Amino acid sequence: MAKKKTEQKKWPEKWHEVNPGCMVFAAGNAANYKTGSWKSQRPLWDNAKCIKCGICYIFCPEGCIQEKKDGFYEANLDYCKGCGICAHECWPGAIVMREEEE
Amino acid sequence: MNPVQNFEIFAPKLVDRKEYLSAGHRACQGCGEVLALRHILKALGDDVVVANATGCMEIISSGYPQTAWEVPYVHVAFENAAAVGSGVEAALKALRRKGRIADRYVKTIAVAGDGGTADIGLQALSGAMERGHDMIFFCLDNEAYMNTGIQRSSATPFMAATTTSPAGEAIPGQRTQKKNVPEIMVAHKVPYVATACPSYPIDLINKVKKAAAVRGPAYVHVFSMCPTGWRCASEITIKLGRLAVETGVFPLYEVENGKYRLTMEVPEKLRPVGDYLKPQGRFRHLSPTDIEKIQAHVLREWDILLNKVECMQPW
Amino acid sequence: MGKRIGMEVAIAAAEAVALCNIDVAAVYPITPQSHIAEHVADIIHDGRIDSEFITVESEHSAISACAGASAAGARAYTATSSQGLMLMHEILPIVSAMRLPICMANANRAVSGPLNIWNDHTDIMPQRDSGWISLFTENGQEVIDLSIMSFKIAEDPEVMLPCVVNIDGFQLTHMIEPLEFPSQAEVSKFLPPRKPFASLHPDNPISMGCFAMPDTYTETVLAKETALRNSKKVIAKVFSEWAKRFGRKYNVVETYKAKGADTLMLTMGSMGETASTAVDEMRKAGKKVGLVKLRLWRPFPVEELKAAIQECKTLIVMDRAISTGGAGGPVATDIKSILYGEKKKPRVLNVIAGLGGRDLTVSDFVAMFEMAKKKKDETFEIYGVRE
Repeated sequence: MAKKKTEQKKWPEKWHEVNPGCMVFAAGNAANYKTGSWKSQRPLWDNAKCIKCGICYIFCPEGCIQEKKDGFYEANLDYCKGCGICAHECWPGAIVMREEEE
Repeated sequence: MNPVQNFEIFAPKLVDRKEYLSAGHRACQGCGEVLALRHILKALGDDVVVANATGCMEIISSGYPQTAWEVPYVHVAFENAAAVGSGVEAALKALRRKGRIADRYVKTIAVAGDGGTADIGLQALSGAMERGHDMIFFCLDNEAYMNTGIQRSSATPFMAATTTSPAGEAIPGQRTQKKNVPEIMVAHKVPYVATACPSYPIDLINKVKKAAAVRGPAYVHVFSMCPTGWRCASEITIKLGRLAVETGVFPLYEVENGKYRLTMEVPEKLRPVGDYLKPQGRFRHLSPTDIEKIQAHVLREWDILLNKVECMQPW
Repeated sequence: MGKRIGMEVAIAAAEAVALCNIDVAAVYPITPQSHIAEHVADIIHDGRIDSEFITVESEHSAISACAGASAAGARAYTATSSQGLMLMHEILPIVSAMRLPICMANANRAVSGPLNIWNDHTDIMPQRDSGWISLFTENGQEVIDLSIMSFKIAEDPEVMLPCVVNIDGFQLTHMIEPLEFPSQAEVSKFLPPRKPFASLHPDNPISMGCFAMPDTYTETVLAKETALRNSKKVIAKVFSEWAKRFGRKYNVVETYKAKGADTLMLTMGSMGETASTAVDEMRKAGKKVGLVKLRLWRPFPVEELKAAIQECKTLIVMDRAISTGGAGGPVATDIKSILYGEKKKPRVLNVIAGLGGRDLTVSDFVAMFEMAKKKKDETFEIYGVRE
């Protein structure tokens, strides 16, 4: 995933620093929040089985599964919440969910 | 098996690669609704303005000082997505005509949940569609007021347990059938009305593109699987969406100028509805008789839909 | 002085707005505002101005559509009254928090129940805390002038707040008065097309109306409060500019024969004209009485009011609304609050009158004056109620 435009506002803000009307001018700066810490299991690809169909990419609610240069796929673990959809939907069973180690 | 009429190549690789909703949004693990939204935005591209009602999608994406939206976005209140969208559409029209903004077409869309569409939002939706604004209204239907804690809506299916229609000793869950909002939209003579499901992403994307091509109102009702509210494992989100379609609980169809057309394989026999109900905790209190009742209703509705497909002529 | 023409004030309000290069009007009809809605429709349907006209299905949708339009950068206008304003209530603080400079005409009408379509101020009072700039008009010329000025005030980059112009329903909206309109060229020079601070367009995608957690909400309250307070400076500036361009000077607090008065009456809205005639009569009869007319209701013009009323001995505040179960009329209550810490302050008496369209005549004002003088305590009086 391309690096997001990140506007790091000084936090907490004084009253006059809050954007008028609570507008947010930096589109997509939610990328600053790494939801990857939510997961209790992570997806792992076995590229020997992967047929490069892109199903995992299309069904990820986070949009964090990307096609790599070699055409295989991987999840951006900064954002992956470990829902398990990709592993469940993968036709050739190339993705397994592994418990997060301590 | 019936030969499939409109076989669409399932090609995720042909879908727009850009993500219009940044990761980092706070949707639940396995949220079918945010997945649907992701597909919808890919179908529309950059030149869109989104008016969103209060609800799951608004809360998970726009907590100050962050926003997950890569496209222009406005949220005002719960029941007025269609009214706010009407204002945006009128403004973009007037400003473009008066030369105050770029001379290029920008699509206005309104996005609301089942509450903000069928219940508290119904008036604004009806008004906007009647006035004929050039706007697509998306109902992201997770079948209850999920964001506030899974309270029932008029889109909650019969006998589903929610916090305001609990599976109690005296009254076992939701007492009424799901309100048919697409039918209400057809009655408003909306030129393009469709049902869609993110388990069928290419179909969903194609329908959104069709809706966007209308220079007038369009309505897309999107089935939004919710593991949190439906009490099921997060990994079966996509499977549940597929089961809803295959059992006839949520048929996929579109209505173009009054002409109904199924956009799914028409099976000889629909899958038994129990296959769809059993994995969900919100239906776990159902007895076999209850499931039979639901099965009869699904088959009846399916027949009515097939009748419409056969008989309804374009306006 | 320019040419004056006889016109119904509601029609004139619509004609004034038509000079203002509005982009979107979303109006739902309600008596006694309907002539404004209808005439705006006439103007747009005749192609006299280039604006979208959204025939919304309720007032809630009217203000919501204006919110969407204003967020997209348009100059948005609406008008309503009483029950319609109450239906908008949910959205009013939202649009002021979102800093959307929507302008609205409110034909003051009593709030149900019981249903009553005639004039009083009970509809605007529940919107006191909504963060809108609120101006009151006394006659048709003020309606024209303030309607045009409201856009300039609202859109000023130091303000960016919505503005409501209050016009007494029937008592003022349906009066035919001799009125002078500035020319389109003059108004266009005074009020250029809107240049929004931020707007919805893919050329610069932003998110508007984001929600705030407890760690931020308090700061947004102070931001909105400060913006509304500071708008008074801009209002005074716009009033001065109007005086230079068109020769009519407005003030946030107007006074009439207040010099040397030991009793002052205070009014808001069209009853000020009747009260002025009563003051003339009483002055002729030797009474040292004067009149203060509140033009700016929110932000409450604390300094200007204090300056106008501090020297008198008795201040009789005429309220056209009541705060049920509270401390009397809303205007009197606010005035007593600002005087609380003052060493020198008048005795404040509160008369509530003219509710539900009950007419107020010159002799009524004289009678209210006499009634107030006789009062031994400071409880409020409802003038003319049959007990």
